[in-house]
Amino acid sequence: MPASHSRSASLSHAHLLDLTAYTATDLRRILDTAHAFHDGVDTELPSLHDRTVATLFFEPSTRTKTSFQQAAQQLEARVIGVDASGSSVVKGESLKDTAQTLQALNAEIFVVRHAAASAAHFVAQHTDATVINAGDGARAHPTQALLDLYTLDAHYPAVRDLHVAIVGDITHSRVARSNIRALRTMGAEVTVCGPPTLLPADLAAMDVHVTHTLRDALDACDVAMLLRLQLERQRTGLFPSLPEYHAQFGVTAAHLQAYPDLRIMHPGPVNRGVEIEAAVVDHERSMILDQVAHGVPVRMAVMALLARS
Amino acid sequence: MPADYAESRPNVLLHGGTVIDPYAETATRADVLIRNGHIDTVAADLDADVSDAVPRIDCSGQHISPGWMDMHVHLREPGFEHKETIASGTRAAAFGGFTEVACMPNTNPPLDTRASVGFVKHRAEEGPVAVHPIGCVSKERAGKTLAEMASMAEEGAVAFSDDGAPVHNAGLMRRALEYSTMLDVPIINHMEEPSLNPDGHMHEGAVATRLGMPGIPACSEDVMIARDIELARLTGGHVHVAHIATARGVELVRRAKSDGIEVTAEVCTHHLALTDDAVEASGLSTHTKMHPPLRSAADVSALKAGLADGTIDAICTDHAPHAPHEKDVPFPEAPNGILGLETAWGLVGRHLLAPGVCSLMQAVQALTVAPRRILRLPAPTFEPGAPANLTVFDPDTRWTFTEGHIRSKSQNTPFVDTELVGKAHGIYRNGQWVACDAVPAR
Repeated sequence: MPASHSRSASLSHAHLLDLTAYTATDLRRILDTAHAFHDGVDTELPSLHDRTVATLFFEPSTRTKTSFQQAAQQLEARVIGVDASGSSVVKGESLKDTAQTLQALNAEIFVVRHAAASAAHFVAQHTDATVINAGDGARAHPTQALLDLYTLDAHYPAVRDLHVAIVGDITHSRVARSNIRALRTMGAEVTVCGPPTLLPADLAAMDVHVTHTLRDALDACDVAMLLRLQLERQRTGLFPSLPEYHAQFGVTAAHLQAYPDLRIMHPGPVNRGVEIEAAVVDHERSMILDQVAHGVPVRMAVMALLARS
Repeated sequence: MPADYAESRPNVLLHGGTVIDPYAETATRADVLIRNGHIDTVAADLDADVSDAVPRIDCSGQHISPGWMDMHVHLREPGFEHKETIASGTRAAAFGGFTEVACMPNTNPPLDTRASVGFVKHRAEEGPVAVHPIGCVSKERAGKTLAEMASMAEEGAVAFSDDGAPVHNAGLMRRALEYSTMLDVPIINHMEEPSLNPDGHMHEGAVATRLGMPGIPACSEDVMIARDIELARLTGGHVHVAHIATARGVELVRRAKSDGIEVTAEVCTHHLALTDDAVEASGLSTHTKMHPPLRSAADVSALKAGLADGTIDAICTDHAPHAPHEKDVPFPEAPNGILGLETAWGLVGRHLLAPGVCSLMQAVQALTVAPRRILRLPAPTFEPGAPANLTVFDPDTRWTFTEGHIRSKSQNTPFVDTELVGKAHGIYRNGQWVACDAVPAR
């Protein structure tokens, strides 16, 4: 990894809402800073000592919220958390009012998770805080894509030489959108794979290959990123049954045998036996737990680089 | 109630302007003498012949046409007076150059009875802008059983619609069209098949895919238009396509008209001005969210072609006020709709006239003759003795629309800081003259 970049320079972005405006240089800087945090190397970035990070989670989350909290604590920040179930949101307070209330309590960095696409952008428009999107509807989940990139960067000599297949429900996946963006920005090839009912219109306009055949995707890729299949999608008629989905798009131990260089990623939480066979989750070529562990240094890097001095 | 910004002027001479007659398709330099609120004489150089006691209005450089009509607005009263009232909505209409509007019945309670139609008529009675209520097709706008259409028509309802939602049940739409033939009124349908866009917030396409925003396929309009054309064929009823927004929809209407089916269509000014790119370019401003959504560039081209060749009859706005706190939420949570009355003519000038999409005569026809023909309303003429009902405007003033130009009670327009081409300067109706710029903002 090139260490020549000035690690102390912060990013020229005010927020991390999605990766649209982030260049390959920006992404590289975040990865290098994350590697430094991971390795305990001094980044020369200012600490967040005595500064306040507010996590606003309007959707349930275990790994993302915990990971952000751990990252903030390691940067010596104070963390205050708002969950939809325990806040005045349930009393009908608007997102604008909630955000402005937290800003009045001196929160400087907001980490926002919300079911509505554009919710983090909305908070950024209505407060002076630095906003980090922790997932907004199906739009973006940039820190997930960054930790996935970090994971690939740690396992392979060059991300730009990789071909990644993203398999599953692309329509409803913010992880897929942010990963497509991050991987294409870094120069990697991307194939998306799923039944037509789970792929959005004009997907090829995102500069990806599209296939409905898992074997074609696995033939082409170095890494398969499997997406969690939301079980309620069956109810809305987007696929006929879980067994049929598994038979068509589930990755099994047999696939790992047939493709000896294939590695597996999954943003979690996994549905064992649906998009991924149980044995694949625990396989030595599964990078799933690495992804989780990489969440903390990556989120430390994002917060440290975005924090205003 | 009479509006405080309107001047009572039973006798007046509009001089120095060009009279646009959309029936005769003529444009003539002429003065217009009005006596007792009625057209007296239209002829060149009347100034010397008319007594000094008759006040003059200088119309030099202006055009004078029959008063414009917007056949699709939401005045929100009764029930949503925090968004708009009949008083504030007609104020916006007067500023925009409209002398008549037809208002949609999705109020609370909805306009589904003789009494509620009468209420709206009564509230607008004495103002300079006429308000024609559109009644509900179904009781309580619930899409189940027919509302009392005959009673409402007697009270002044000019058409029937469950706008805001489609008449979803094909059997109900059939009966509504059959029943409407007895009353000689159109059924206006909001064309969307809801099962095709259960969670959609914007046009389904590359932009929505990139933004991760659930989409509304163009097809959800097209299948409903196709259905209603076949129902009009079956029943002989008149179906009017509200706010047409798709290329296929235009083609379906074009073919149905050539088959002799009684189908008409209107297009909103915002659908001629913006595409789904505006959603992204505006940073997902909720002022770019409406139903039907802003569609693709190909759809916009087809709408313009449809207007130019007469497939689309009328230009409207779907003026849909929402209070600031209702629109100040993340995009998926915002209600649908934007203001339209104040920006309508300036958008026509910029997007239709300046690029030569259609002629000035065609644009005036789409704002005067067409909506009244569709709604069976008497059309204002320049015949001596006819009630004077006029709009004074120009097609080429370049001006920047600002918040200060908003006359509605709400502010939900994407056109603030946009350059518009053409401006309405005054309206005359009901014996009253309104200088558009004199209409107060509040």
